[in-house]
Amino acid sequence: MLKPWQAALYQALLVMTSLVMLYPVAVMVLSAFKTTGEIYASPFALPESFALRNLATIWHETRFLAYLGNSLLVTATSIALMLAAGTLAAYALARYAFRGNEAIYLFFLAGLMVPLKLAVIPLFIELRALGLIDNRLGLVLVYAAMGLPSTVFIMTGFLRTIPAELEEAARIDGAGEGRILFRIMLPLSRPALVIAGIHNAVPIWNDFFFPLVLIQSDHAKTLPQGLTVFMGEYSTDWGVLFAGLTLSALPLTLIYVALSRQFIAGLTSGAVKG
Amino acid sequence: MGAFMPNMSPRLRRPLWIALLLTPALLLMIGFVTLPILSAFVYAFYKWQGLARIGFAGFENFRLILFQPPFSTWTYNAFFHNLIVFVSLMVVQNGTAFFLAWMLSKGLRLHRFHQVSLFLPVILSTVIIGFLWKLFLNPLFGLVNQTLVAIGLASWAQPWLGQPSTALASLIVVNAWHWVGFPTLVYLAAMQRIPREILESAEIDGAGEWTRIRRIVWPLVAPATTIVVILTFIGSFNWFELPYIMSGLEGPPFHSTDVLGLYFYRTAFGTVSAALQDFGRGSALAVLIFLFILCISAWWVRILRRREIDL
Repeated sequence: MLKPWQAALYQALLVMTSLVMLYPVAVMVLSAFKTTGEIYASPFALPESFALRNLATIWHETRFLAYLGNSLLVTATSIALMLAAGTLAAYALARYAFRGNEAIYLFFLAGLMVPLKLAVIPLFIELRALGLIDNRLGLVLVYAAMGLPSTVFIMTGFLRTIPAELEEAARIDGAGEGRILFRIMLPLSRPALVIAGIHNAVPIWNDFFFPLVLIQSDHAKTLPQGLTVFMGEYSTDWGVLFAGLTLSALPLTLIYVALSRQFIAGLTSGAVKG
Repeated sequence: MGAFMPNMSPRLRRPLWIALLLTPALLLMIGFVTLPILSAFVYAFYKWQGLARIGFAGFENFRLILFQPPFSTWTYNAFFHNLIVFVSLMVVQNGTAFFLAWMLSKGLRLHRFHQVSLFLPVILSTVIIGFLWKLFLNPLFGLVNQTLVAIGLASWAQPWLGQPSTALASLIVVNAWHWVGFPTLVYLAAMQRIPREILESAEIDGAGEWTRIRRIVWPLVAPATTIVVILTFIGSFNWFELPYIMSGLEGPPFHSTDVLGLYFYRTAFGTVSAALQDFGRGSALAVLIFLFILCISAWWVRILRRREIDL
């Protein structure tokens, strides 16, 4: 048991840490409502009014909505493709004994350790040959492939834990392979699908490197990349800058606050023993 | 699936079904992970002009990067900075994380709240974090210097990102702020797996808090340390987005924040001021970084695994 003074000390240190983590975020949000003059003159004060002027500038004068839409489209499509392909493969690896099973599993797992950024030159050349440079589909394919190793790892691990009796009972009742997969295995896998989805959706949503290399046209840019565009354009208008940062952080922060347990489990999965 | 292939014998149907399940994932993986990585190895041995290979180069690209100034000077300068980043993050970020995890594992009131706030920056894009702290570190109007002035430490205020003596350190601290929640929760999960009885019996035997941390907790969370060391190592030698956003492609001031990721990008894709790009040297650099990360990680995993104890 902790002595009372120890508990008090630990609590004080933890409260201090939380402040260090949250205060900068709070300043960012509050500054989004200030004029640039206010930010310069009184950085610690609350805004004089919660006017939406800066947010309106972002909304009307930048392509924020287009960037946001691109990020949504790219993330959702690549996660759907990754989960579909990864789960099917994981199902084959987890539930069927066949020659090469172990080798194929290890082939996918090897991808976990590979920093794909370093293969960006060949990816660039390959996507150019396919006509997919400056194309959101190019990003989708790269992201889906990048997420496969962790998806196969998470899904295989989960699918192996489903008792064989379920499958055998369905087979005796005359269910075919497809029916067993779609009616029994997939519905049971939902928690693992959520983990694999979050594990990859957050880094894909936040990625800046691949759009930087693969996307050039403004209309195809994702949110982190678009952010660099208007951070440059409004570099002297700090109110607008903070508003842009706040708006960009908002979508994921809201989901995180609602689903913090799943986010933490998802992002640390693989690094934490289940 | 029987409906699709009514006339096929079951002996053939099963392998076909398995192949069908594996094909999409294998195609994606081979097309966009395996092939590009193998290609990088091939490309590194060619001479390039823009997007075209114009001849075999042997080890010339590697020689330029490793032994021919100014290329080699940049390589070692950047490599040295990556090394500093890794060592500093191990101490500042992961050391802090270990003790935060220990305090969180006590289950004090608000511990759930502390976990959620610690992890909040982890879910945000490096682009957001980078720009936010670039504004905070602004010499005149940034929050950091304004705070120092407000608490009477005006003389400590500096152009944090504008001078070689503090630029890299500032980036490292921002990186630690961004990611500290990750190793913290990895350590916390490992500490929560330690059976209560072990810690309680040690306490009954008179072991103080510090002894228990050193003799019981630290050895028992060895698997978490393995993961944290390897991930920090890979992250440090892939460092790109934070220095790109906060300093710039050339690693200013005076290359004091230049790291291999920036150097690789400049070599491969050129810069705004100098559009010289060289896919050959870029690929050679990528191959060297890749092999370095792979060999060191594999070696350390072997060493670190040895100190892990299964509970």
